[in-house]
Amino acid sequence: MELNQQWIAFRTILRKEIKRFTRIWIQTLLPPAITMALYFVIFGKLIGSRIGEMDGFTYIQFVAPGLIMMAVLTNSYSNVVSSFFSAKFQRSVEEILVSPTPNYIILAGYCMGGVARGLAVGVLVTLLSLAFTDLHIHSWTITIAIVILTSMLFSLAGFINAVYANSFDDISIIPTFVLTPLTYLGGVFYSITLLPEFWQGVSQLNPILYMVNAFRYGMLGISDINVGAAFAGLLVCLVILFAAGLHLLRVGKRLRA
Amino acid sequence: MTAALSIRNLRKTYDNKFEALKGISLDVAPGDFFAMLGPNGAGKSTTIGIISSLVRKSSGQVEIFGKDIDADFSAAKKFLGVVPQEFNFSMFEKVEDIVLQQAGYYGLPRSQAKAQTEKYLRQLSLWDKRHTAARMLSGGMKRRLMIARALVHEPKLLILDEPTAGVDIELRRSMWDFLREINAAGTTIILTTHYLEEAESLCRNVAIIDHGTIVQNTSVRNLLQQLNKEIFIFDSRTALEQAPAVKGYQVRLLDEHSFEVEIEKGQSLNQLFEQLTQLGISIISMRNKANRLEELFVSMVSNNKQAGEAKSGA
Repeated sequence: MELNQQWIAFRTILRKEIKRFTRIWIQTLLPPAITMALYFVIFGKLIGSRIGEMDGFTYIQFVAPGLIMMAVLTNSYSNVVSSFFSAKFQRSVEEILVSPTPNYIILAGYCMGGVARGLAVGVLVTLLSLAFTDLHIHSWTITIAIVILTSMLFSLAGFINAVYANSFDDISIIPTFVLTPLTYLGGVFYSITLLPEFWQGVSQLNPILYMVNAFRYGMLGISDINVGAAFAGLLVCLVILFAAGLHLLRVGKRLRA
Repeated sequence: MTAALSIRNLRKTYDNKFEALKGISLDVAPGDFFAMLGPNGAGKSTTIGIISSLVRKSSGQVEIFGKDIDADFSAAKKFLGVVPQEFNFSMFEKVEDIVLQQAGYYGLPRSQAKAQTEKYLRQLSLWDKRHTAARMLSGGMKRRLMIARALVHEPKLLILDEPTAGVDIELRRSMWDFLREINAAGTTIILTTHYLEEAESLCRNVAIIDHGTIVQNTSVRNLLQQLNKEIFIFDSRTALEQAPAVKGYQVRLLDEHSFEVEIEKGQSLNQLFEQLTQLGISIISMRNKANRLEELFVSMVSNNKQAGEAKSGA
């Protein structure tokens, strides 16, 4: 397949994915907007005013980057895991498997579909947050780079989950029992410097801590971790997950008999 | 001339150790209308799955218009369109989107994809349904949608796995006409079917697969010549009390107005009619008891089963 044809195939997958999540916006875009608005009201306004400042910022300013990042990563993951698993379940994935589209285009197309939804929700939540607080951007480059890389990483993770999943239960296990606890314990609502030393060490094993803090650094200029290390770790994980996704497509894991 | 499809010593053993294909070899000429017949579980769908890359072969070689499906998968896949047995599109997407997307997966530019989508949706009488979600279509429409989707990139080889299963007679006939048209226009067609009348009516060549091996691979005409006898049913205008006594023919009364006659290869129908006329029996209609190809198919599959049992017994 020539390069321009691969580009057409990539755009086809991306267009299909964007069409899918915008068609069912009541399931995909509205719920995170409502959830995050509630977080802003409760943690930002009602409880936040009693908590006081954190690292020199009001509590709502402190949690806003974490809440945006939480919305981005969960929606990126959910988009790919549900879309690819549905395609597998309905066997419509065969449409693309019988075509000459190379595996890396399939993977990149689904991944960018997840990024598109992650960013759409991220923008939506950011606009919502402006109703509750002023947002300050310390570094546009870091903010945008970290949000895109994180979104890509969780999209790839969602893809791998979808490949292995045999039922709709299997696509909710990871988000419910792994992603949600790691996100809540990933420094979205607090600085890990508030934790005893032992738990600070444990927290540093949580990859989401790095993404949330790097994003917070991009917005507020403060972080509990080394931002360079966060980027390096993210890139390494991206390469590993992309290679894993490609391998699964190549061997046809649970896709080809 | 390069074969449209060339299969050499194709084997497939599934993870559960079931050996679905035991080294089949097959050539389909360009422009052919080829039938792949066989009972359920014979290996037809496995063969199609391997050709379309949805099933991994254990060993062997498959080439589509000279392009190896492993070494040159991109070129090989461009030549191929597949209509599977089961519906395999997203039920929530619109008809037009399903076909357009498939064109995109083959790298067709948007304007060309739109033009070809319209062409095939019109040809298959689905253009008026283009904005309808696939789940709202009738069974026959869904099947036609899969044909439009398989044709949108204009493949040189079209494989249809039971394309008319569950389709009413009128629609089946219109699909046959459509398939004849695209075959006449140069598309090589391979179809698997349970309707042997369909294979006899449409196809020039045939392969019968049973238990993962090819039992017969020849032209439909040659195959039918192997038929040693046919049974015809005759409807009589006058009521009959017993089977007519016709010399040289085995006759059996079915009811007071119909009887069946076994006619062996080489026997003349004229002689039979002469005798019936002498007996004062007026025939108002006659028909084959069973489809001719069906009789052969049943006999070959049955022979293959007996041979297999004898071999395992030995």
